[in-house]
Amino acid sequence: MANQDFSLIFERGKKGRTSYSLPEMDVPEMDLDNEFENCYVRSDAPDLPEVSELDIMRHYTGLSRRNYGVDSGFYPLGSCTMKYNPKINEDVASLDGFSHIHPHQDPKTVQGAMEMMYDLQASLSELTGMHDFSLQSAAGAQGEWSGLMMIRAFHEANGDDNRTKVIVPDSAHGTNPASVTVAGFEPVTVQTNENGLVDLEDLKRVVDEETAAMMLTNPNTLGLFETDIMEMAEIVHGAGGKLYYDGANLNAIMGYARPGDMGFDVVHLNLHKTFTGPHGGGGPGSGPVGVTEEFVSYLPKPVLTKKDDQFVFDYDRPASIGRIKPYYGNFGIYLRAYTYIRTMGAEGLKKVSEYAVLNANYLMRRLEKEYVLPYQQHCKHEFVLSGKKQKQLGVRTLDIAKRLLDYGYHPPTIYFPLNVEEAMMTEPTETESKETLDGFIDAMLHISEEAKNEPETVQEAPHQTVVKRMDETTAARKPILRYQK
Amino acid sequence: MEFRYLPMTESDKAEMLTTIGVESTDALFADIPEDVKFKGQLNLKKPANESTLMKELTSMAGKNANLKEYSSFLGAGVYDHYIPSVVHHVISRSEFYTAYTPYQPEISQGELQAIFEFQTMICELTGMEVANSSMYDGGTALAEGVTLSAGQTKRNKIIVSKTVHPETRAVVQTYAKAQNLEIVEIEPENGVTNLEQLEKEVDETTASVVVQYPNFFGQVEPLDKVNAIIRQQKKTMFIVSSNPLALGYLTPPGDFGADIVVGDTQVFGIPAQFGGPHCGYFATTDKLKRKVPGRLVGQTTDEDGERGFVLTLQAREQHIRRDKATSNICSNQALNALASSVAMSSIGKYGLRKMAVLNMQKARYAKQQLAAAGMPAVFSGPFFNELVIQLPGDVADINDRLVKSGIIGGYDLGFTYPEWKGHMLVAVTENRSKEEIDTFVKELGDIHG
Repeated sequence: MANQDFSLIFERGKKGRTSYSLPEMDVPEMDLDNEFENCYVRSDAPDLPEVSELDIMRHYTGLSRRNYGVDSGFYPLGSCTMKYNPKINEDVASLDGFSHIHPHQDPKTVQGAMEMMYDLQASLSELTGMHDFSLQSAAGAQGEWSGLMMIRAFHEANGDDNRTKVIVPDSAHGTNPASVTVAGFEPVTVQTNENGLVDLEDLKRVVDEETAAMMLTNPNTLGLFETDIMEMAEIVHGAGGKLYYDGANLNAIMGYARPGDMGFDVVHLNLHKTFTGPHGGGGPGSGPVGVTEEFVSYLPKPVLTKKDDQFVFDYDRPASIGRIKPYYGNFGIYLRAYTYIRTMGAEGLKKVSEYAVLNANYLMRRLEKEYVLPYQQHCKHEFVLSGKKQKQLGVRTLDIAKRLLDYGYHPPTIYFPLNVEEAMMTEPTETESKETLDGFIDAMLHISEEAKNEPETVQEAPHQTVVKRMDETTAARKPILRYQK
Repeated sequence: MEFRYLPMTESDKAEMLTTIGVESTDALFADIPEDVKFKGQLNLKKPANESTLMKELTSMAGKNANLKEYSSFLGAGVYDHYIPSVVHHVISRSEFYTAYTPYQPEISQGELQAIFEFQTMICELTGMEVANSSMYDGGTALAEGVTLSAGQTKRNKIIVSKTVHPETRAVVQTYAKAQNLEIVEIEPENGVTNLEQLEKEVDETTASVVVQYPNFFGQVEPLDKVNAIIRQQKKTMFIVSSNPLALGYLTPPGDFGADIVVGDTQVFGIPAQFGGPHCGYFATTDKLKRKVPGRLVGQTTDEDGERGFVLTLQAREQHIRRDKATSNICSNQALNALASSVAMSSIGKYGLRKMAVLNMQKARYAKQQLAAAGMPAVFSGPFFNELVIQLPGDVADINDRLVKSGIIGGYDLGFTYPEWKGHMLVAVTENRSKEEIDTFVKELGDIHG
């Protein structure tokens, strides 16, 4: 890539250059400045770019070439389910009748949109074995939080005000305990046992009359199915607590098992993971929440329902936790998920999980020859390797990740979960072919050889990227968070 | 049945199973206990091929009255604005939309730089020192701002003007309940915050005061006077929710002493799409930069001394700090922030004021015409591109009639303000032509009789 221009958009263009094409001023103009006190009329224009339309296209095309997505190559980022984003989904989301409709239009004029949402709610309920779904949550984290708020409302409605604690496994993603705090609860950690599963004895020890809920993902963040799930449900329910399902890992079990059948009371799903909503460079996502029947009255409002063949938004929900987002959530992402579910059907979605699990196990068995595999059983959609053997050679997991960039791959999630030393959490997804997996395996095995024979090649990686390793310490110590002339 | 997203072949499958050392994929699911296994058939619609599904969904989309075909005077937080064609072309580059959070800066400089530029544009618009990479939407951004103010001041009383968007206030209520915060609402007076009541309410327990600028009724709040009241209390924070397009004309909240400025950049390059996804922004002072929720991108250098960008100040965030994090938010609205950045670049330094003024002029023309037809604006103060009028009868019924004439009428204020029943909030953007405005006024006039 010769002739690269790394300029900021503010450093491009020239004073006086424009690229807008605004509608014409076809009404008589009035004196605006008279209407406002002087201090309300902006004295200097904000320093936005002064560029031509081609400047913009060159700039952002340049940026896109310095970025890496699923369409660029293999992206086995564990727990993020970086599967292919189907193109028909994007086309559907761009239809005028979906993308250019206003949330406050009379429901009679948006029945098509509401029908899609209603149908999606029903599909998600069926897939998870839950009674009902609210689509409103903007992302997984907001789904967790609103789910916990419903559990809080449930306990409060039962006069159970002392339930202030939520149990979270030590392998859980940091979002879980953060959501617990934001919902006004206190997190309590339960340990993982030597098999990578929740330690039942420890669970019995931490559960008590203050337990509001336990949060769990199944399969867990190690990619392992929590085989004692029914016992766990019994322990938590027996103490009067509720079971919360973090749906980050649903891609592993569609058609094989449903959270609702495992005793979960409240679940959230990430439509941008399992259901192919594109990750967008960090969002927007969507985190619908499903509940059992006893939680239906607590769902965020408004609730989409059907009355006399008409879809309506029901605001008359006195027990609801309230509104968690303006309007009805990230509708644009529902369209993608819905299109995907309709493309795959029950049969296709079961195959998705089958192949996601097959791909992960194949990758795991090939890589365990050179990398430490802390938990030996079959995995589900993802697995966690440890780089501790390579660490003894002076090569850290971070170095391996950076070296993978040279081979053209996005690395796995690293240093997570926290209970595995030098962790590499790898999730290939079902949309990757065997050739792609084999290529990645070759690269990983090659890096392992490099670690033995020429460790500096790995330690000093990446060598092929547009920039080298970044000085993150200075970035945090003396933050520069905006451009200044 | 074939599935085009699944590349697995029978021979691949056989080879892979051999490598794993199992007979069939069922063996990989054998650890799921029998009583948990799902043995039925999921009751979902049959898989649909591409053309059939496209046809069906196009017809479903066709059941909705869309803003391209109808002439819309509906705003109330979501607006029909000019979206430059470049926006869709840029955000359709799959290196952007199929990527995730830029955890690996060496292969994510594009996204990181785009966010850094977005942060800069938001600072420029709001007159603030720091902006984050974006939030879910304007409503939750405000809720996060309120939470921050309570944590920062160790106080729990939040004063919110009732001229703030009602759905945003509802979201703030839900977040406040989670944190045991007390919300006190201030009544409007001639369409803006009642300053006398505000002055009475602000006290030494007040964490923050929230106003919207321009407010939900389209009116421009007197930020200088609000700030003067707030500053009587040393620690109380001033939070402003602001439509960033209006800031092309109006003095930015930062110049009036705001501590936190939030809002939604839907006005820049993001279609209404039934209310989401849009794109919240969050801007604040340098002093509070380590308290900001969500992602922040910072400039730094690589080993060769070249300029580059990274996610920074991550010690605030949930994946590091877990239960002590400033927020539980993980994602941002990166792709929509990108859309807004492209739109802001395209509209540019000169276009922004021009676009704001177009909105204001057209709204004033509509105001004049409505008054001439016997429907004067209810409030008299300075406003941006929305105004409130009183109608003879039920607004929903009137909107029903307007739709038949190809018009999507304004927001029924009685829906969220019972005391304003029979009043319509009318939005007039640059996309409405004089002819459309004239037709709208005529239709309303005919109904008015």
